[in-house]
Amino acid sequence: MKQTAFTNKHIALGAKMAEFAGYNMPISYSGINDEHAAVRKNAGIFDVSHMGEFILKGEFALDLIQLVTSNDAAKLSDGQAQYSCLPNNEGGIVDDLLVYCIEKNKVYMLVVNASNIEKDWNWIQQHNTKNVEMHNISDKTCLLAIQGPNATKMLQSLTEIDILNLKYYTFAKGKFAGVENVLISATGYTGAGGVEIYFEDKEGDAEKIWNAIFEVGTSQGLKPIGLAARDTLRLEMGFCLYGNDIDATASPLEAGLGWITKFTKEFTAKEILQKQKQEGVKRKLIAFEMIEKGIPRHGYEIKNEAGEKIGYVTSGTQSPTLQKAIGMGYVNSANAQLNATIFIAVRDKTVQAKLVKIPFQ
Amino acid sequence: MNIPENLRYTKEHEWVKLEGNIATIGITDFAQRELGDIVFVEVESIGKTLSAGATFGTVEAVKTVSDLYLPVNGTVTELNALLSTVPESVNNDPYGAGWMIKMTVENPDDVAGLLDAAAYSNLVG
Repeated sequence: MKQTAFTNKHIALGAKMAEFAGYNMPISYSGINDEHAAVRKNAGIFDVSHMGEFILKGEFALDLIQLVTSNDAAKLSDGQAQYSCLPNNEGGIVDDLLVYCIEKNKVYMLVVNASNIEKDWNWIQQHNTKNVEMHNISDKTCLLAIQGPNATKMLQSLTEIDILNLKYYTFAKGKFAGVENVLISATGYTGAGGVEIYFEDKEGDAEKIWNAIFEVGTSQGLKPIGLAARDTLRLEMGFCLYGNDIDATASPLEAGLGWITKFTKEFTAKEILQKQKQEGVKRKLIAFEMIEKGIPRHGYEIKNEAGEKIGYVTSGTQSPTLQKAIGMGYVNSANAQLNATIFIAVRDKTVQAKLVKIPFQ
Repeated sequence: MNIPENLRYTKEHEWVKLEGNIATIGITDFAQRELGDIVFVEVESIGKTLSAGATFGTVEAVKTVSDLYLPVNGTVTELNALLSTVPESVNNDPYGAGWMIKMTVENPDDVAGLLDAAAYSNLVG
C-alpha cells in the first residue's frame, strides 16, 4: 500500500485508516458528522495527495487537451482552471478532471482521480500523435484541500498571494509557509469554499506546510477531515463521484454535465454526444430526497409507483447538514421530472422519495 | 477499546447481557467505531421468535448499513425506544444507553456458549 507524505500524521492524529486507490488514507478522525460540520461552518483540511497530476507541455499540448476532453480548454488563460471530462469512444466517461492553464498554449496540468491515474495516462498517450511532452508527477505531488468558509482567512498569513480574493476556479503560484512554488487554487469538492494547494514533496516541505497550517488553524478550530466526510460534503452539493455517478457507460449528457460538453470543437465521441443531445438522452442522473424513512445506497433499485424498475441509485447518504437522507441515481428520462415521486428498494422494503434540485437543500 | 468483562459477545460484534432468561443485546464499541455516526436502528422483529443468527434488524450509519444478528434462539420483546430520537447513543454509550433490544432467551445456557471478553478481544485484536 502506498503512503502519502502525510500518512504518519494521520495515524498520529488517530485517524481511522483504510486503503483507497492503493493508498493508506484517512477515512475519518473525530467522526463524519463532526468533520462535515467543521467544513460547512468553519474549516477543515483534507490530504488528497493520492490524486493524480499530469503536466502537458509544448505547442501541441492544448490541441491534445482539446481532443481528449469535453470542455473548451482554449478558453482558459494563465491562472484559470476548468472542470472537464475525458469521454471514451462510446460517449461514456474515462474520468472527470480539472484542467489548469499554467501558461497558455504551452503548459497545462491535468488533475485526475487517484483510481484512474494509469488508465487516464494511457488513454491520453494513445491520442498523443503529435508527441506532446507529458509528465506524470502524481507520486511526488502533494495535494491538501483546506475547505470551509473560514479556510482562506486562516491561511492568509502563510502567503503573500491574496488568497482571500482568489476567484473561484483560478489559481496562483508562489511562496506558502516558506515553501517556494506552491500552487494555490480556489477549487474544491465540498461547495464550502476554500483552496487546494499543490506542491512537490521534497526536503521536508510537506511536513513544513502541514505543521504551519495546523499552527495557524488549530486555535481557530481547523480540523483534519477524512474521505468519508469528503463524500458526504460532495454529495450534498450534487457533485459527481467517478465510479458511482459517472463511469464508462454514462455519458456526460446523461450525468447532467452538458455544461462541460462543448460542441464548438472536435473531441472524442463528439458525434455520438451531439446525436444524444439532438435526440435526447434515454436516462438522466437525478437527485432525490427520501420522504419515508430509509437511506439510499449505491446500487439500490429505483422504482415507479407500479413497482417497475426505472433506474438505480448511484450515491446515497444521510446528509449531516440537512438531517435527511439524500441520493442521486439514473432514471429513465420520462421519469426525470422535478418533484416526481419515486420509490427506492431499500433491502426488502420500498421507500418513497421525491426528485429535487441540486445542491440539496 | 472498551470490552466489559461481564458481557458475552458474538463474532458479528453484538454483546449480550443475561439476567434470568432475559437478554439485552447491543453492538460493541468496536462495531460502533467501524460503522461511524449512526443514523437509525430499525427493528421489525418485535414479538417474533427467531433462531440464533437470524437478522433481527439493521443499523444505518451515515456511510453504511449493517444487519443485526440474534445471538441465541429466543423471542424479541423490546426495542430501546431512546434510539428513535437519540440514535447516537449507540456511538456514545454502546453498552449502556445505546442498547438495542431485549429478548426472552429460549435456553439461557446458550449465552454461556458465546465469546467471553478475552475471546472477543482476541477477535478484534
